[in-house]
Amino acid sequence: MKNFTYLQPKDLKEATTVLQKFPQESLPYAGGTDLLGLMKDGVLEPQRLVNLKTLTGLQGISYRPGKELELGALTTISEIAENQSLAEKFPLLTQAARQVASPQLRNVGTLGGNLCQRPRCWYFRGDFPCLRKGGDICYAVDGENKFHCVIGGRPCYIVHPSDMAVALLAYNATVEIQSPQKSRRVNLKDFFVLPQDDYLHENILRPGEIVTRIRVPESAPGTKALFLKVKEREVWDFATVSLAMVLVTSGKQITAARVALGGVAPVPWLEETVSRSLPGFTLGKDAPEALAGQVLKAAEPLEQNAYKVILARNLFKQALEELAKS
Amino acid sequence: MKEISIHFTVNGKKVSLNVPSRKRLLDVLREDLGLTGTKEGCDVGECGACTVVMNGRAVHSCLVLAAQADGAEILTVEGLAQNGELYPLQKNFLEYGAVQCGFCIPGMLMSSYALIQENPHPGEEEIKEAIAGNLCRCTGYKQIIQAVEATVKR
Repeated sequence: MKNFTYLQPKDLKEATTVLQKFPQESLPYAGGTDLLGLMKDGVLEPQRLVNLKTLTGLQGISYRPGKELELGALTTISEIAENQSLAEKFPLLTQAARQVASPQLRNVGTLGGNLCQRPRCWYFRGDFPCLRKGGDICYAVDGENKFHCVIGGRPCYIVHPSDMAVALLAYNATVEIQSPQKSRRVNLKDFFVLPQDDYLHENILRPGEIVTRIRVPESAPGTKALFLKVKEREVWDFATVSLAMVLVTSGKQITAARVALGGVAPVPWLEETVSRSLPGFTLGKDAPEALAGQVLKAAEPLEQNAYKVILARNLFKQALEELAKS
Repeated sequence: MKEISIHFTVNGKKVSLNVPSRKRLLDVLREDLGLTGTKEGCDVGECGACTVVMNGRAVHSCLVLAAQADGAEILTVEGLAQNGELYPLQKNFLEYGAVQCGFCIPGMLMSSYALIQENPHPGEEEIKEAIAGNLCRCTGYKQIIQAVEATVKR
């Protein structure tokens, strides 16, 4: 790993100003669990790391009934996994956080970093001049593509690795972004970008911008939620496919739904059609079989990953069945 | 400044050092402080051989910059034994044959230690969860889990 200057900004303004002034050369540094790996692999060679971890105001979980949940970007995944009021009010976040990586990584990795982590694609991480690194082709198309995306890929077939993003997307979260000049707030869905719009970046952050806060609206009465994750290595791994389902119910009647998938697309994938179709169905009846075929309907799997479509549909059915029992 | 100044506590002793920014906590422990009990395995946070306890939490010292440990309290495997006597976890690792090649053991001990500090009476599932980030290629884990169970029962 090449040496760099480690900067300790005194506040957010100073941090974002440095990041904006040296856009290619400086990178924000929080937990570092992803960034250090990228630097060791030589994928990124920053001249400056801007330490965010000691900045005040970006830590912690704040929830008051009747208000939005606020999660500081520097909150660790362990803090989310262990927080009692989240387990009661926002169980999807607890379930997802508990399935992120291993204890050691959860203890250091932050929520903001989790949302901004780079793809795990072995061509991107490896010694290949791939499209996402400014090269000419996506090697996954004709290469080893078992873990690549089945939808939204053209022209770069990564999957987004974040579990938290899938859960937060199902909860319709928003992201607060800070630059030296201003702060802006976007829906999480609009935070991520597809390769067709920008194949060099996974999100809309511009130089000098960092994620400062994630907000989640309070759940309506009668909300049921479940996060499921399939991993090739059960003890811990990135998702081959994950699914987050949020249903608002009145008795057994589904009145609103949001279904999000991970491991299938270059962004956390909102299943809009299925989410719109679920209301009107009764939990425990018909919906799983009637709608499962709609999940990833527009998928175009690569040579080795068609299994992900079947897996996603089965997770959809499993989630509905488990939520019917809850 | 490509060098940083860090002040932290390692196994109860205060330490101040100037090191290149790119040095990881693991490098400082092994190279600068001679604490070679902490092992380097995969270098990417997958094997857990480099696990140490930082501010009460198990972390991969290969994925923590030395700079991140500034102000922290670090405990390594060398800090477990007190006054020449092994810590109970260590005794049980020996008693239950939890050690074969031994390479994973410092990490296994530190992950288990962090668990016990937070949860003095963990069940089998909680023990498995605590060492989920530690690979062992010799023992099949069973004896390691037994050794932790024996420690928390006494």
